[in-house]
Amino acid sequence: MLDGVPQYLASGLVVGGIYALIGLGFVIVFSVTRIVNFAQGEFVMLGALLMVTWQARGLGTPAAFVLTVLVVAAVGAVLERVAVRPLRRASGLSVLILTIGAAIALRGAGLVVWGTDPFAVAAFSPGPPLRIAGAVVVRQGLWVLGVAAVVFALLWWFFTRTYAGTAVRACAVNPRAARLMGIRVDRVFLLAFALSGALGAVAGAVVAPITYATYDMGLMLGLKGFVAAVLGGLVSPAGAIAGGFLLGVLESMAAGLLSSAYKDAVAFIVLIAVCLAQVTGRLPWRMVEEE
Amino acid sequence: MGSARRRALLLVVAAMIVAALPAAVPSRYVLSTLVFVALHALAALGLSLVMGFAGQVSLGQAAFFAIGAYVSGVLTASHGWNGWVALALATAAGAVTALAVGGPIFRLSGLLLAMATLGFGIIVYYVLVNWSDVTGGPSGLTGIPPLAIGGFRFDTDARVFRLAWGALLLVLWLTGNLVDSRVGRALRAVAASEAAAEAAGIHAARLKLGVFALAGAITALAGGLYAHYVAFINPSPFGFAYSVELVVMVVLGGVASLWGAVLGAAAVVALVEILRAALPALTASHGAAEYEIVVFGLILMVFMIFLPAGLSGGRRPA
Amino acid sequence: MHVTLALAILMLLWTAAPGLAQEPYRVGAIFSITGPGSSLGIPERDTALMLEADINRRGGVKGPDGALHPLKLVIYDDGSDETKAVLAAKKLIEEDKVVALVGTTLSGTSLAILDTVQRAEVPMVSCAAAAKIVEPAAERRWVFKTPQSDALIVGALVDHLKSRGLTRVGWLNVDYAFGQLGWLAFEQAAQRAGLTIVGNEKFGQKDVDITPQLTRVKGADPQAVVVWSIPPSASIATKNFADLGLRVPLFQSHGVGNKRYIELAGPAASGVTFPAGKLLVAEQLPDEDVQKSVLLAYARDFEARYGPRNTFGGHAWDAVQLVVGALGKAGADRAGVRAAIESTRNFVGITGVFDFSPTDHNGLDRRAVTMIRIVDGQWRLAR
Repeated sequence: MLDGVPQYLASGLVVGGIYALIGLGFVIVFSVTRIVNFAQGEFVMLGALLMVTWQARGLGTPAAFVLTVLVVAAVGAVLERVAVRPLRRASGLSVLILTIGAAIALRGAGLVVWGTDPFAVAAFSPGPPLRIAGAVVVRQGLWVLGVAAVVFALLWWFFTRTYAGTAVRACAVNPRAARLMGIRVDRVFLLAFALSGALGAVAGAVVAPITYATYDMGLMLGLKGFVAAVLGGLVSPAGAIAGGFLLGVLESMAAGLLSSAYKDAVAFIVLIAVCLAQVTGRLPWRMVEEE
Repeated sequence: MGSARRRALLLVVAAMIVAALPAAVPSRYVLSTLVFVALHALAALGLSLVMGFAGQVSLGQAAFFAIGAYVSGVLTASHGWNGWVALALATAAGAVTALAVGGPIFRLSGLLLAMATLGFGIIVYYVLVNWSDVTGGPSGLTGIPPLAIGGFRFDTDARVFRLAWGALLLVLWLTGNLVDSRVGRALRAVAASEAAAEAAGIHAARLKLGVFALAGAITALAGGLYAHYVAFINPSPFGFAYSVELVVMVVLGGVASLWGAVLGAAAVVALVEILRAALPALTASHGAAEYEIVVFGLILMVFMIFLPAGLSGGRRPA
Repeated sequence: MHVTLALAILMLLWTAAPGLAQEPYRVGAIFSITGPGSSLGIPERDTALMLEADINRRGGVKGPDGALHPLKLVIYDDGSDETKAVLAAKKLIEEDKVVALVGTTLSGTSLAILDTVQRAEVPMVSCAAAAKIVEPAAERRWVFKTPQSDALIVGALVDHLKSRGLTRVGWLNVDYAFGQLGWLAFEQAAQRAGLTIVGNEKFGQKDVDITPQLTRVKGADPQAVVVWSIPPSASIATKNFADLGLRVPLFQSHGVGNKRYIELAGPAASGVTFPAGKLLVAEQLPDEDVQKSVLLAYARDFEARYGPRNTFGGHAWDAVQLVVGALGKAGADRAGVRAAIESTRNFVGITGVFDFSPTDHNGLDRRAVTMIRIVDGQWRLAR
């Protein structure tokens, strides 16, 4: 039974990379706006399905990728401008329900535009799977891990090395002080949502060759990405990456070594345990700070 | 004390309407819709207590609905128990589960608690799916008998309508009294400021756990009634999506009022039914179901933008 | 106050919403047009609409009175949700006053509305597969179904496995009703046929990777692997299977009976064998097959309007035609339509040739199942 462990680990890392990429989108919005954006998974769905559409129109993967990211970033921006901004002073719950409404509407739009059938998306670099240390890894899996690394590096650079990034961080720490310092909070919110849209699109585009693209893929992927982000603290990009890998490997090991029927239950038991460990101070890393 | 009188009056009027309505509205479809409104409202009412008093969001409330439905359903359909005994046990099971789960996880708050409850809900779902010897697994459990008193069976829509709304009004009355009692004042103090309440000698954690248990019981009662009404249960209506739907109902109706849960449930159920009736007429084709969920989502957004405090409006009186 | 007013208007709109006051022969249909069942529900809806248009173009249904009655289908979406299905059924029965019901798409929703239709004494022809929708027939007086039961489908598969000498079998199924019912049927049939099941794994319909489960099954050294699911998870399993380099034959369920499965799985689908109805291989049937002409006509009509054929639309075709046939014999009379469906013999449909009786409300036998192999991206009759 233990023969499978290298394979479980490899599969878990690839799936974890998927969760991590999606989790990053939650982190960007939450760290700046304290909003849990339920529509994040739908950004992923849009990213995957737009890739299908552009590829069907004959665009190459790079062009389709750029176009997809731009369009979904715009969707994120529109969501902020039209719906989130009027609710700036409302309770967090109202905004949560608002994003649930947005998620439902986007999923419905996906159904109207693309129908129910799943679509295949061409792999970025086609070819037979690779054998690494006794495990089979598909090429697109390496793309997922590579893209996650690049996105992480870009975010780090943006947040620590650019003015706009610093402004975003300032808003995250203390919006009022940031405003007094002349930072336009409205713009920062807009930027955060646009970025999360772009990130969702990147995730959707790069995972679609593995998962296929369907209008209803957003709910489950969004949920797993959210769990990954929370495991890592919900305000830290590095945490989201770590949380994604933890969740992916857990699921894969549980399916391989324990019981495939209860693999999701196992993952969520660990989630609860991690939440409890945080409160009792037994967790070596910090999750969400208590409010 | 004026509020207690007003509430009593409101409930009496509501009870009279409930008693009279089936005669005035003979349509089983309308009555059945209202039965589901009452069941969802009961489930949401439980959650509304957690959100309003403990100030916490549970993303796993559907699990209690499922526990109520399965305890009552399995005991009657597979073991031939009396329906009322089964329903009482189902309600108790909701409370006991909430205490068992809440003991450890109510040390959490905010997002962490929401996460933990989400996890709990999903674990319960997988137990229902995989423990198929007892639950029937994903394909469900058939043959759940209706509730009955002697030879009088709650097997028509009109009868279940009175039963479900009777239960809802009774629970509204009881929880309303609770809100006005000493315990209720302590709860409000905790909701306003936990630290200040603790300083005043209120055991906040125990109170919040009590609310969670009560909520679990109420939601489980709704689940039990659902099982006896539909006569069939399977795990899929009790998943994460239903937990989210309950949160939507509570917030849409307004966290500030117990009636908010009723309004929210009514709004969600009615909206779906209105769209079903109106959209084919509007688009002049009957291939329009795909558009229903788009419109549903948009309307939900519009509601929140213009009525962020919910349909019942305002804040819970401090 | 304006809130109360708005609610009052909503309530008014809803209760007053017209049930589309119309002419004779009103038939209700409930399909899962949205939600997890939508890839089945949409072709069912499309097929039903196509039949309605075709029948009305010919003037309608000729009733027992000799007059032509237009067919009026009232179709609702249940969103793959049990509660919505119950309400849709009650609305169709009460407000739309339909004579009979077609649907639902999924086993869960069909079982949820069972009580409603039985009590209201309205005949229903389900497009969902679970055997317990119509069994025991004595207790399911008003309910019929058109898809083959799992025992039929699985029986064909087990016979095929045995005939090829594949007796050590690894099994994986999706963790909802379709997968569970397939497993229960397979466990029984395999035991009876003397097959050894060397692995039994589950996965979720939304899982993105099924490699761990397949790795486990691979470790048990099976002679064949069966995956019971529908796309996209069925396609993901197929791809993962090929990527892992398993060299044994792969079998799937009738859930992969659409072109999309082949497109998604690509070359990995090559050689996959599955039990299904004859629709997919209609052109390859011998000319003496009684279903051939019906199948070809339906495939041609459906593909001209909506795209590649699939067996799910065929279930709706059978259900609508059964009801229409019964309307022709009994007119707009619920009890009469029920009796007419129950006495339908030798009805040549898409799923098979139906012989209903008071003890059999599915009416199909093993002839309704054939083994199909995917070769070069095409369906081929397998022997």
